[in-house]
Amino acid sequence: MDHTNADLRRILQSCRTIAVVGLSADWNRPSYFAAKYMQTAGYTVVPVNPRYTEVLGHRCYPDLASIDVPIDMVDVFRRSEDVLPIAEQALALGVRCLWQQLGVENTQAQALWQQAGRDAVMNRCVKIEHARLFGGLHWAGVNTQVISAQRPR
Amino acid sequence: MAEHRFQAETLAIHAGQIPDAATGARALPIYQTTSFVFDSAEHAAALFNLQTFGNVYSRLSNPTVAALEERVAALEGGRAGLASASGMAAETMALTTLLQAGDHVVAAAALYGGTVSLLAVNLRKFGIECTFVDASDLSAVAAAMQANTRAVFAESLGNPSLQVLDIQAVAEVAHAHGVPLMVDNTVASPFLCNPIDWGADVVIHSATKYLGGHGTTLAGVIVESGRFPWDNGKFPGMTEPSVGYHGVKFWETFGDFAFTMRARMENLRVFGATLAPTSAWQILQGIETLPLRMERHCRNALAVARHLQNHPKVSWVHYPGLPEHPQHALVKKQMRCVDGVPGGSGLLVFGVKGGLPAGVRFIESARFMSHLANIGDTRTLIIHPASTTHRQLDEAQQIKAGVLPDMVRMSVGLEHIDDILWDIDQALEQV
Repeated sequence: MDHTNADLRRILQSCRTIAVVGLSADWNRPSYFAAKYMQTAGYTVVPVNPRYTEVLGHRCYPDLASIDVPIDMVDVFRRSEDVLPIAEQALALGVRCLWQQLGVENTQAQALWQQAGRDAVMNRCVKIEHARLFGGLHWAGVNTQVISAQRPR
Repeated sequence: MAEHRFQAETLAIHAGQIPDAATGARALPIYQTTSFVFDSAEHAAALFNLQTFGNVYSRLSNPTVAALEERVAALEGGRAGLASASGMAAETMALTTLLQAGDHVVAAAALYGGTVSLLAVNLRKFGIECTFVDASDLSAVAAAMQANTRAVFAESLGNPSLQVLDIQAVAEVAHAHGVPLMVDNTVASPFLCNPIDWGADVVIHSATKYLGGHGTTLAGVIVESGRFPWDNGKFPGMTEPSVGYHGVKFWETFGDFAFTMRARMENLRVFGATLAPTSAWQILQGIETLPLRMERHCRNALAVARHLQNHPKVSWVHYPGLPEHPQHALVKKQMRCVDGVPGGSGLLVFGVKGGLPAGVRFIESARFMSHLANIGDTRTLIIHPASTTHRQLDEAQQIKAGVLPDMVRMSVGLEHIDDILWDIDQALEQV
């Protein structure tokens, strides 16, 4: 495990606007599942996909460079080999966290971000990690590894 | 910084349950409700589409039951768990989530009698075939694998044969054929053995036994390791759009807990072998003391085994915790040590000189050792498997399952060891 629960909590609490690169408009695709979940959880989702003009009720941008609002996190639903240019672009835009989704593993992009001293998460699902740490996933019987005597929020 | 790893003693008390968000209750509330309100029509749709996690209806999930599911998953070192109304329901759910007509299972012959019936009779009715093999013979396991084999099934400690499964070796055979190893870990309990550590992919419990420990409540749990590559081409039901749940692709959407989600949404939702919230709560009360109890069970059972070894009226004793057990090296490798020796659980089997009638006389002469069909209770329990738990099998099947005609099974309880030995002695005296 590359990140502690505390690291992931900090990332998911500090990043509020998420650009989802490769977001599908198809309701049963994992990217749509994850973005819809994050939207419900109070995050602002900024869709990025040249195939659409609008997804989940928000304007869809063709690429990161076209986005005209500040972005905290870039969440990547693309093939591992396509991640590096996205990572470079996001770094230049001053994004705080690069999140490569479950099954997406570009170690070069990961190293680039770590060298820059920014948060980088790889091969994890943003929805699953949020649900694991802030409730929800527990109800699905998942081992959340949360041990605490604190009443949640 | 690495995440702190909590030990079994801590997980048994804390995993899966933090103070209640609504009330601050420290102990687990019993959510005795069939249904949960939706915030809005959109929230309802998102829940049904599995786009958000939450509770809809207690047949599918319930907050009290979820605490049990997560706790057992944590104790087993697994990714996710799913509870059911009994251990047999858990086995049925694990197998029928994965298998369909035309599929084949390779199973250890040394299994609980109900499991043998499930595999040999009930699943066969639905076109799922099973080959039973001696799981200690790896070449026999490999030879039984067919092109349509989709799972290998065994018990970590066979009940009542107490045959020990070489989990790592059998997992390697299963994985070489691209199929998961399912291990029933009921007798060992997650305190003494974690099959996932040795390569098992799905672990099954009758929580009725050591997990609950009090002999009051039926329950079952399945735990998935999160490590099996369900996209290896053999399990289209895991990767293709689900016919049973409006086109969801479980593997793509849920990754390392896809099997649990599929079992919940396709199987538990429809077959309905759901665990009641009160039952989950009762099992959880037991789990809090599982580590303490297992230590005492092992200590008492070892003392009983040694006592029986030296008793003139006993012809043979079989207990995994004895150095004389033929698979003791394997026990040492897979089982947690108690008092410096590998724990063999509270279960042991032995033969009374004089065969079946002598065994029956022994059982009927006990003062507080209870003659009944359960195991893993606080009370010491005794039974004659050939005429009870394995009665549905013919003698050849019984021998294959490790049930000898003169075998007495004892589930050693938590009473004072002197009293247990006293009851054994006075009952043997009457033989």
